[in-house]
Amino acid sequence: MQETIKPPMGTDAPLIEGKQNYETITEKIGGIVLKSPPKIWYPLFALGFAGTMVMVFTICWLLLRGIGIWGVNQPVGWGFDIINFVWWIGIGHAGTLISAILLLLRQQWRTSINRFSEAMTIFAVMCAGMFPLLHTGRPWLDYWLFPLPNWLAMWPQFRSPLLWDVFAVSTYFTVSLLFWYTGLIPDFASLRDRAKGKIAQLICGTLSLGWRGSAKHWMRYESAYLLLAGLSTPLVLSVHSVVSLDFATSIVPGWHVTVFPPYFVAGAIYAGFAMVITLAVPFRMIYPQLKDYITNHHMDMMAKVMLATGLIVFYGYMMEAFYSFYSANQFETYMIENRFWGPYSGTYWALMICNGLIPQLLWFPRFRHNLFWLYGVSMVVNVGMWLERFVIISVSLHREYKPSGWGFYAGTQWDWSMFIGTIFFFVMMMFLFARFMPMIAIFEMRDLWHRLYHGKSGHNGHAPAHVPNSAEVTSKEDA
Amino acid sequence: MAHGPIEPQYHGVMAEFETPEQVMEAAEKTRSAGYKQFDCYSPFPIHGLSDAMGVEEAKVPWAVFIGGFIGALSGMALQIYVNSYDYPMNVGGRDDLSWPYFIPVAFEVTILFAAFSALLSMLGLNGLPRPHHPVFNVPEFARASTDRFFLCIEAQDPKFDLQGASDFLKSLNPLSVSPVSND
Repeated sequence: MQETIKPPMGTDAPLIEGKQNYETITEKIGGIVLKSPPKIWYPLFALGFAGTMVMVFTICWLLLRGIGIWGVNQPVGWGFDIINFVWWIGIGHAGTLISAILLLLRQQWRTSINRFSEAMTIFAVMCAGMFPLLHTGRPWLDYWLFPLPNWLAMWPQFRSPLLWDVFAVSTYFTVSLLFWYTGLIPDFASLRDRAKGKIAQLICGTLSLGWRGSAKHWMRYESAYLLLAGLSTPLVLSVHSVVSLDFATSIVPGWHVTVFPPYFVAGAIYAGFAMVITLAVPFRMIYPQLKDYITNHHMDMMAKVMLATGLIVFYGYMMEAFYSFYSANQFETYMIENRFWGPYSGTYWALMICNGLIPQLLWFPRFRHNLFWLYGVSMVVNVGMWLERFVIISVSLHREYKPSGWGFYAGTQWDWSMFIGTIFFFVMMMFLFARFMPMIAIFEMRDLWHRLYHGKSGHNGHAPAHVPNSAEVTSKEDA
Repeated sequence: MAHGPIEPQYHGVMAEFETPEQVMEAAEKTRSAGYKQFDCYSPFPIHGLSDAMGVEEAKVPWAVFIGGFIGALSGMALQIYVNSYDYPMNVGGRDDLSWPYFIPVAFEVTILFAAFSALLSMLGLNGLPRPHHPVFNVPEFARASTDRFFLCIEAQDPKFDLQGASDFLKSLNPLSVSPVSND
């Protein structure tokens, strides 16, 4: 029974499925915004909202009581707050990679997922930013982080990577937002022209800034868009490099290593692609029309990028172990022995299994092409990357030099509620985004459709012969 | 009637096409017919269309370069003023003017200024935001953001006269030709 039609899998699958034309592309993607959401949207949004309230409650309690409610203390001053910061900001990096670097590399498969992952970037950086801001202990004085003239006549210390972080992360957030909005302008114009209601017309019209698709405008637009991509590329590499320098410039065993910047950047992209898959699979179920644009081809490519960056990260793990022994320094050697056999060895070996072992399944097409397995692996990588940050940050700190200064660290209930709260906040923001903004760049999809099928079909919506009927393919694949 | 009277009540005349190839061809013909003030409208960027129209401009890249340059200078100047001059601080015995330490922040400020220059120069040169424009008065133009391609010869063109431009556009085999009124 299964042998009747075998849908093309992996990179054999087309980038756009089904019979499409400019109108159907606009209607399917834009329609999500302009029509009422599917029933399931409400409970899922409500769940995200409820979890966000847990986060808000935690923050209020933190402001009342101070960071003593967290588990951090001497000698482990960097706990969940910094772990979660690094974890979230790493997740954001895949969005910029997809939207900027893959644009410069002319990868056509980026078009279906760039808007979606840019949104993911922005929300992930929002989650990330909360942690260090609250970790300062007195968040109402956070403006001291910026070089503003003040009554103390004091200035920030620009020779510290912690301050570089302030600039790197705030620039990253701002530029990601600009890039995202630039991409949205023509799509808001499409929605403005399709909206039936006055309010929708007014909002979309305002956000589109009166875009009318003039050829002269497109010329400058493309130039600006390409330049923004070119600017975002070194930016994204700098952000996680600077984050890693927070550790690498210190003298803590396990932190003081030169491999950190590339190792962190690879880990960031690894975590980010895992999160894109984690989001894309359920969103394709909630909005079945997305299956025409986020096809097996895209899933396969993302799985391959995840595998490749995972191997770089795994190389980093091996190097950490190697140079600890090779250093002939007793503190460095003890650091890795402590990771292997110390009180936190469980997290270390769980990390090796999550990030080193299980993702190797992606070498095999049967796992890459099976969404159930792919989703499972992406979840395992999400957990693995969090464990990696835990091992690097807290496990390195808990036993550094003199045994009299050793200690133990565990997150309290408030650490956990803050962490889980940000996950729900992230989910809530993604659902709001799906509801109110086009999840796929509509004008870029039209352009891609034109490039792929130009000349092979008329303009009347006849897809070329080799594109299978989406209804057949998608129903088989999900059965 | 080489220099026909400019018609104040019209923005121009607009022709509607069905494919990007047609509008590209129409743009080439319009240009060779001697029209200078015309514009095309499409739901996505068409490569080569600005060349076909004979429009060339590279102001956005220059704006980005200048923005980035100002960013680099001001990022560096800020740090030198703050950490070397106004409040010098001994950090691990480093020089007051330890400029290599100022590069990361100067780099971030460069990117920030350049990115703002990219978006703002693009919008500024395009004359956006502009909520209304005469082309929106043409009912067919509602599809310009979905699946139709337009070419509009503008009344400012010295060669423009309503009848002549309409006849010319009709010869390009469009779906429709409509005058674009100013209000």
